[in-house]
Amino acid sequence: MLAWTIYISFLGAAGLLLLPKGSTIAARILALLTAVAGFAIALAAFIQHRSGELFTITRIPWVASLGIEYRLAADGISLTLVLLTGIIAITGILFSWNIQERTKEFFAFYLLLIGAVYGVFLSYDLFLLFVFYEIVIIPKYFLIAIWGSTRREYGAMKLAIYSFAGSAMVLVGLIAAYVEAGARTTSLSDLAQYPFSPHFQMAAFPLVFVGFAILAGMWPFHTWAPTGHVAAPTAASMLLAGVVMKLGAYGCLRVAMTLFPLGLGPWGAHHLGFGSWRDVFAVLAVIGIVYGASVALVQKDFKFVIGYSSVSHMGFILLGLMTLNQIGLSGAVLQMYSHGILAGLLFAVVGRMVYNRTHTREFAALGPMNLSKAVPFAAVTFVIAGMAAMGLPGFSGFVAELMIVIGVWRSYPLLAIFVGIGIVVGVVYVWRAMQKAFFAERRTESAPPHEPLPPISFPERLGAIILIAASVMVGIYPQVLLNVIVPALNSPLFAGLRQGSWQ
Amino acid sequence: MIPIDYAQLFQLASPEVIVVAAALIAMAIDLIVLRKRPTCIRFAVAATIAAIGCAAAILRILLVPDVANILDGTLIANPLVHLVQIALLSLTIFTLVLSVNSTFTQHVGEFVLLILVATAGTMFLVASQDLLVIFISLELLSLSLYTLAAFNKRSLQSWEAAIKYYLFGGMSAAFLLFGFSLLYGLSNSTSLTHIAGAIHGPSLNPLLVIAIVTTTIGLGFKVAAAPFHFWAPDVYQEAPAPSAAFIASASKVASFFIFFQIMALGFAGSEGSAALPHLVRGWVPVIALAATLSMLLGNLVAIRQTSLRRLLAYSAIAHAGYMLLGIVAHTQQSLAALLYYVITYALATLGAFAVIAVVEDQRGSDQLAHFDGLSRQAPVLSVCLAIFILSLAGIPPLAGFFGKFYLFATVLASTPRPVELLWLVALAVAMSIVSLYYYLRVLKRVYVAAPSTDVEPIQSPALSQFLVILLAAAVLLFGCAPQLLLHWIQAAVQSSGL
Amino acid sequence: MNAPIPMLTILTFLPAAGALLLLAFGGRNKNLTRSSALVFSLLALVLTLILWTHFNPASGSLQFQEQHAWIPALAVDYHVGIDGLGLLMLLLTSIVVPIGILASWKIQERVPLYFSLVLILQSCMFGTFTALNFFHWFIFWELGLIPAFFLIKLWGGSRSTKAATQFLVYTMVGSIALLLSFLAIFLATKKFDFIDLAALAQNGQLMPSVIDKLAWHRFTPQHVALIVFAGAFLGFAVKVPLVPFHTWLPSAYAEAPTGTTILLTGAMSKMGLYGFLRILLPIFGPQMQVVRTPMLCLAVATIVLSAYAALAQKDLKRVFAYSSINHLGYCLLGIFALLKFTGADPALTAEKYAALNGVFLQMLNHAITAATLFWFVAMLEQRSGGLRGLNDFGGLRKVAPVFTGLMGIALFSSLGLPGLNGFIGEFLIFKGSFPLAAWATSLSVLGLLATAIFILGILQRVFSGPLNQKWIGFPDLTLVERVALAPVIGLMFALGLYPQLILGVVNSTVMQMVQHLGF
Repeated sequence: MLAWTIYISFLGAAGLLLLPKGSTIAARILALLTAVAGFAIALAAFIQHRSGELFTITRIPWVASLGIEYRLAADGISLTLVLLTGIIAITGILFSWNIQERTKEFFAFYLLLIGAVYGVFLSYDLFLLFVFYEIVIIPKYFLIAIWGSTRREYGAMKLAIYSFAGSAMVLVGLIAAYVEAGARTTSLSDLAQYPFSPHFQMAAFPLVFVGFAILAGMWPFHTWAPTGHVAAPTAASMLLAGVVMKLGAYGCLRVAMTLFPLGLGPWGAHHLGFGSWRDVFAVLAVIGIVYGASVALVQKDFKFVIGYSSVSHMGFILLGLMTLNQIGLSGAVLQMYSHGILAGLLFAVVGRMVYNRTHTREFAALGPMNLSKAVPFAAVTFVIAGMAAMGLPGFSGFVAELMIVIGVWRSYPLLAIFVGIGIVVGVVYVWRAMQKAFFAERRTESAPPHEPLPPISFPERLGAIILIAASVMVGIYPQVLLNVIVPALNSPLFAGLRQGSWQ
Repeated sequence: MIPIDYAQLFQLASPEVIVVAAALIAMAIDLIVLRKRPTCIRFAVAATIAAIGCAAAILRILLVPDVANILDGTLIANPLVHLVQIALLSLTIFTLVLSVNSTFTQHVGEFVLLILVATAGTMFLVASQDLLVIFISLELLSLSLYTLAAFNKRSLQSWEAAIKYYLFGGMSAAFLLFGFSLLYGLSNSTSLTHIAGAIHGPSLNPLLVIAIVTTTIGLGFKVAAAPFHFWAPDVYQEAPAPSAAFIASASKVASFFIFFQIMALGFAGSEGSAALPHLVRGWVPVIALAATLSMLLGNLVAIRQTSLRRLLAYSAIAHAGYMLLGIVAHTQQSLAALLYYVITYALATLGAFAVIAVVEDQRGSDQLAHFDGLSRQAPVLSVCLAIFILSLAGIPPLAGFFGKFYLFATVLASTPRPVELLWLVALAVAMSIVSLYYYLRVLKRVYVAAPSTDVEPIQSPALSQFLVILLAAAVLLFGCAPQLLLHWIQAAVQSSGL
Repeated sequence: MNAPIPMLTILTFLPAAGALLLLAFGGRNKNLTRSSALVFSLLALVLTLILWTHFNPASGSLQFQEQHAWIPALAVDYHVGIDGLGLLMLLLTSIVVPIGILASWKIQERVPLYFSLVLILQSCMFGTFTALNFFHWFIFWELGLIPAFFLIKLWGGSRSTKAATQFLVYTMVGSIALLLSFLAIFLATKKFDFIDLAALAQNGQLMPSVIDKLAWHRFTPQHVALIVFAGAFLGFAVKVPLVPFHTWLPSAYAEAPTGTTILLTGAMSKMGLYGFLRILLPIFGPQMQVVRTPMLCLAVATIVLSAYAALAQKDLKRVFAYSSINHLGYCLLGIFALLKFTGADPALTAEKYAALNGVFLQMLNHAITAATLFWFVAMLEQRSGGLRGLNDFGGLRKVAPVFTGLMGIALFSSLGLPGLNGFIGEFLIFKGSFPLAAWATSLSVLGLLATAIFILGILQRVFSGPLNQKWIGFPDLTLVERVALAPVIGLMFALGLYPQLILGVVNSTVMQMVQHLGF
């Protein structure tokens, strides 16, 4: 049943293309209905499989001579991320309600992207996962290149090439692993159990991990992210920063770390102070956290602040993955959900509520517009979103970051200090952005009167409320997700990881 | 003297005979009956007759699948050969459909005849394991192609391209013949299997080295591999659309197949190895070198192109590089992968040329600027073009992706330790990243750029739409359900015992 | 174990519910919005009084407890409960917030937002005073900063942004230190519950396990314990405030709209003291003992320096701001005096009871008095068009005798005149602290002296003397204002004459807290 999230999205995309030209309203409604249907299915599956154990959805042979199966399965981690995708899909469409140009193509590409993302989260065969992972690239490119804003063609191409480069690295690792294991099967569980030689794993792990981590915005391969997100239209930014970057992190966890757990082990000798790939990636993640936050602090463009903040928050996720203890890993998955929602909310405010109306994103221009009076709903939403992004308790980010920090303290106590610094800088840049954009000091000389900005429409309000509720619900009762995530981490799939350096 | 059973020979060659007969009938009807009619009618009739002939040949192959080997490989019939011949005939049919709306020539009958003769050449080419028959078929194919390339008498560039093609082709044919004669001298036989047995030895004979190099030159020219590729950009750009399409599709399929046969069968035993860092002398490192050069040059130069046809030419060079990897691996599995790849590649390229033909016809040239905003004017054509281009780029779920995956997997599996040829696969994958850049640029023109306001909107003729949709559906189908084609290819390869 | 009706949860979320209603439906009718806000805060007061009547004064342990599992992975439960201390805090918050709302009646801009922020702040304070698990205690502690920040910044004076930002930054830094300390404790003990941690500390197991799990080879065990303590201490020291962490306060109080200042001084400052009493003393007792002497010095500095600083101020709000620091300094004196090791000596233990009772009383009385004083300042501002300088007025008693009389009562209460509520708290603190920390208490008398001087100075310069001609038309208190002020003034007398009202309820808690100190 859960597979229908994928099929409905693709069918919706096809249906949209068949609509007659100029049917903007029908396109929006069809897209929204498709997204809601997908989310409903996801939610139903979530409620039904609350134990978090793995369950198979579909399993049919695909290319039998190569051992490739069309195999879909889900565990707690997949369910969490599928829920996230559903929420972002619905709210993204709500925030794109005002698109007038080539509307049905926009939503067609959007639904295609959503369907492929569902596919990645539900795939249990490596070939299938890779197919869906690659399909994501093309609609992404068009969404940005056609409907984007600043330097959209450059941003779109950079994003596409970086993503493709990442997946190329994964492909090489994938084929190597497939052949090394006898070219009999591409099933995730079978390959996870195959005893690859430690030497092989030491080489394959960084290749595949970095390949996925590029999409997750790991420093120093993150440069596509701010450019791409700023160039993208709002719904695409929400989806890209909210969900697609999580595909990379998901791949790191689901593929790299389960297939090649020995790759995380110690090298035996120390080079440059690092003793294993785990050390290297943990440090890179922390650099990403601090660097992303610091650069966000000095931006003059509102959207760039959010773009760099995404890099910083993704650093938390990658760091949580490298802690290799249960609390750190659960925190990382929870942060995938939390940041997905919050990034969506932040981009929605900056892109749709502010930029669409003011046509500028520079703080110097936004300040005099007195936005807290002109669009109070946007101001309140950004305050709430900013607080949540800072990690204020009561929102999902706090619990996730708390768990990650505890996990980091257990594995890399020294790095925890830098994480703390990153959190503090995080508070500062959000505060700065909020002040400069919405609550800037009024000059003593009267500013020229602006035309009143259009009020916040109903779809925008609905979208904002949905996202806030999604964050608050998990912030207040994180068990709702932890109940499915933790059993998933204890499943046989991660057995190799647990035997390695689990604490 | 070995007695030749002409009846058996005729029976084995009957598909080719049907094709040639259809060619002659088409030309006859065109010259005798249809002289005064408009070109489109003449083309339609001739193409129909030719297509019927090809279809009849396909049916003949399917319905009466002989298995035979005449005169030590002079003429062969087995499931693998049949498979390739069916593929070639199908591609010819598609080319004929493409040619129906052409306006570049009045010599319709001759054109169709030449296409079919070229087809016959390819069919003989793949059905033989004898050096002489191979060379004759290759020349039959090449001479037809030179003429086909020059068919647009009104275009000076078309002539120039054809002259280049002819001169290059002639020279490489000379190289090939020289190599073949050396092989004959070394082994006293023109049958590939006998040659392999004779030249196998502990160390490489210097004459054998020369034979390897010259054979590679000759065949490398045919498949447009670097550094023997110089004819390709001009020919792809200037030849009439159906000719270019045929060169890019059917000729490629046949050439790669025979390339594999000659190297793997004829030079069996002197492969050597391209595994870093233990390179062993043999023909494999030579092919690997050619593959590397093709991948690098094809992809890097394609970035600068402003003409879609030239871009496709350089991409053809790049794809030739990938396909040569299948020859480097020289196993049964890699042959299957190579065939899958080249057939789906041919379908995609043919489709791309079909779209180019429509745009060229109405806009005058194939410059990328003429494709701006195509998606809003000709949505069906654009979607199909997108499918073809993305398949060439290797994006799932299209056939090009599965082809690459399977090919790379077989390359890695061909050596005892997968890591030996990893450098080649890594290079191929890295170059694919480069290729995505220029392919996306084409799609950017089609989908993102605004249509230029001072030209007429594109009208898509129904037949072109039909062809393009059919080809796109095939590419999509073979990508989503590769087993359909793969099952057939793998069975054929296994039963042929290569 | 769980209370049959979740009174504390209802009480905590009632103002927040009111805030949401105001945000959703307020906006058209300002008076309706203001009245609704007042109604909600009075409802909270009624609920608190109901709790008061149902409270069992004889027992010093937790009552109205609710405990539910919440995040087992992090040892977090939803655990609320109150003892005498908590009840006192709830009471003072419920009294201060309506005063704050009444003082803000004349706010014109963005009315629904203002009053919703006030109500949200009240919810956060209720939450802080009832929470018994660090997780949701910290949530409420942090969330309270946000409404406070916006209340100061958006409706404040000319330099409100700077003041608000300073307030936020100081408090945030303190909170982060607090969080880190508790994380360290959690990592060592896997517990976040205050009661559990206090029990561990009493058994002497807390610090050894912290040191065990967290020791770095460069620090001695005592140092580790002190570092963890320092983090928590910083969080609360900024909030009270304790000199030298007080520099945010005068600007924040001065720039905030006066109604907000009432909330800040009446209730939010008590959050810091509550932290000392609920968290630092039970959990970090031994560490506090180690730093007893420096702490006493800081308390004395707080009392004396702030009183003398108040003397030098010209802005009435700044005078009362420094005076607030001074009055809360007495509470700190009382708390730190408890740190003296007395063993089982019954006389000294009785002194400790006295000191701690004094601290409790002082918290309540200061809340009431300071709130009332700032309310009067607000009225002065409204009548004078924004002026509130010490020298802007003069001879007001001639034109506004009732005003003078009532504000005079409040001023004398702040001074500590016997018979009014301000006296008894200070008296008990001094009485109890003197045997425990003689020199500190003696030095603190200087603060009393300075307080007397500036209070009398206010009386003289604002109310006595020749009438400043500007204020001939100065209106006296209206009937509504008199009716509103009457209960508060009455409370001042009642508590001054009959402190047993409060002491009877909190004494058992006080005794139990002192007994649990372990020294």
